[in-house]
Amino acid sequence: MIDTLKQPKASPAPEPAAIIPSDSDQQRVQVVLDAFANADADGFPPWLRTIRGAARAQAGRIGFPTTRQEEWKFTNMAPVLQLPLHPAEKGSAKITRQDIARFSFGLDAHRLVFVDGHFCANLCSLPDEDNDLQLGNLLGQLAGDSPDVEKNLARHADSNANFFTALNTAFFQDGAFVSIAAGKTAAKPVHLLFIGASEQPGATALSRNLILAQRGARLKVIESHVSLSDAARLTNTVTELVLGPGADVEHCKVQQESGRAFHIASIQAVQAGDSRWISHSIATGSRLARNQIQTLLNAGGAAAVLNGLYLGDAEQLIDHHTVVDHARAHCESHEFYHGILADRAHGVFNGKIFVRQDAQKTNAKQTNRNLLLSDNAVIDTKPQLEIFADDVKCTHGAAIGQLSDEAAFYLRSRGIGAEQARRMLIQAFASDVIERIGIEPVRTRLEQMLAERFDPAKE
Amino acid sequence: MLEICNLCAGVEGNPILKNLNLQVNAGEVHAIMGPNGSGKSTLAQVLAGRSDYEVTGGTVLFNGADLLEMKPEDRARAGLFLAFQYPVEIPGVNSTSFLKAALNECRKARGQEELDAVEFLALVKKKTKLLELDPALLSRSVNEGFSGGEKKRNEIFQMAVLEPRLAILDETDSGLDIDALKIVAGGVNKLRRPDNATLVITHYQRLLNYIVPDIVHVLMQGRIVRTGGKELALELEARGYDWLLETAASNANP
Repeated sequence: MIDTLKQPKASPAPEPAAIIPSDSDQQRVQVVLDAFANADADGFPPWLRTIRGAARAQAGRIGFPTTRQEEWKFTNMAPVLQLPLHPAEKGSAKITRQDIARFSFGLDAHRLVFVDGHFCANLCSLPDEDNDLQLGNLLGQLAGDSPDVEKNLARHADSNANFFTALNTAFFQDGAFVSIAAGKTAAKPVHLLFIGASEQPGATALSRNLILAQRGARLKVIESHVSLSDAARLTNTVTELVLGPGADVEHCKVQQESGRAFHIASIQAVQAGDSRWISHSIATGSRLARNQIQTLLNAGGAAAVLNGLYLGDAEQLIDHHTVVDHARAHCESHEFYHGILADRAHGVFNGKIFVRQDAQKTNAKQTNRNLLLSDNAVIDTKPQLEIFADDVKCTHGAAIGQLSDEAAFYLRSRGIGAEQARRMLIQAFASDVIERIGIEPVRTRLEQMLAERFDPAKE
Repeated sequence: MLEICNLCAGVEGNPILKNLNLQVNAGEVHAIMGPNGSGKSTLAQVLAGRSDYEVTGGTVLFNGADLLEMKPEDRARAGLFLAFQYPVEIPGVNSTSFLKAALNECRKARGQEELDAVEFLALVKKKTKLLELDPALLSRSVNEGFSGGEKKRNEIFQMAVLEPRLAILDETDSGLDIDALKIVAGGVNKLRRPDNATLVITHYQRLLNYIVPDIVHVLMQGRIVRTGGKELALELEARGYDWLLETAASNANP
């Protein structure tokens, strides 16, 4: 489908970034931290206040990421620091169910809605009292006594190395809590809808989600991020997923924020034996998006599937950093990321696979394929395998190419116009990822979105 | 229907076709035979509009229109069809929706109504029978994972659906076992009509036992060096091509 170059084409060394966080910028980090500190909720239980205090201190120590750091080499976050960052206010927009209907994927789901990081009970669709599926906002959980929350919240996502995760841990406003009981299957998918509505530049939504699937439970979650405003907002979201033995969770993140928004997301799954996690990350929006998607395969028989599709045009930068940590023997992971980049868009894919010393009989596979639709589009792709066990099967492949002339000619030779042929091939490349999504209405809506995005009549 | 006059074409500055002349009329089946590297496939690709080949001289008229000026899709819409020697696999593009889009583009160009899904599927059903093609293949991506024989059969199936005026079969026999060859040839024969024509490009005489040509041409060193009836194919089978080399050489330096 794409003409593959023999070697992944390394992009030229990044030019000196226009804006590099300087020492004075690092001082600004303190100002930012102070701005958020004022908004810190006092109602949190003591154990969490301890964690938040430590995370705040850690954020200060880590400092704002720069392109001099390996993890941020291709992704210059400095423009974020230029924003007048502040916690987005509650109720900054009056939003009705009608306003958000178009974000529903036409999906019959339990829905939790957050606007600028704040829970909007009036926009939610929640199940009747249900002992099997607990669904609500995190603040609600924290107000009561919840051992599950205390045991898991902020225990899995790494606040030690990642500035934004630490920032989130220290200052998150609210988020979703989803917990499904042992052996149960959620009757409907759960849709977590995050809406950016503030018109204030620098308005920051800090969302924190906790998803728990007990032994043998089955659950499908859609986490979507959209905008109702075109302001240069910042979303910083962290989702922790904990899968018990034999649990089966599909998590589909769809990021379609406005072209001026900044989006930073971190997802950390922790998987017990024989659990299965399917992650999808569909990223089409925002000016700059960074997705950190990680799973820890923590007992034998655990399997993870990480799918991703990023579509960039104009000046967008879309970055995916994934980590699959094979900590124990007999686990499996399959990673499949596709990128389509047009105009001057920049894609980054960094796929780490760790195979620890104990993780014999690991089977890990990673593929990243990229379609560059213009001469000015750039992709930096970097597989990174660190293998400490000797009896494992690990493969990886990265490809960068353009639309295949041969395939286009074949379609045209049957009467299909050049532009339609091009669109069919782009869509086919994207569909390869979309069709792996196990929630039918989401798949259908995304296919439609793709068709519209690559329809030249719309441009 | 097709008039090729002094056609010269090449790739990256290397001339391949050198003053090739050929005329095909409606209702006729022509065979073009020739050794490897003689320019057979180049001719097929140039006629279909592949831009990798550069036309450096000559004219091609297709039903009176200047074929070389037309885009590949316009050639197809005007009724030209190439059954590829190596049909490309296109993952992610569904066979059925691809062919429906193609047919409707061709129908639009011919001033016919577009077919809806039900009408199209009825047509497909009829044509798959003709080629004894497993309909399950059509729910897959274009040619993806098809065997060599299935790919060739799928080419002729597409031809059956699109009903071209001129079909060019580029080595359709290569990679086919004898049973598949009979089915493919049978399909081509059933599609013959007084108002369409077929250009069969082949290496071997075998296919011509099943698709009997009216006229056989020998293409060597980029030009037609001999034209005859179907018995010429048998002669080539018996004698090879070497005896014609002299003719080719003398034609090249008149």
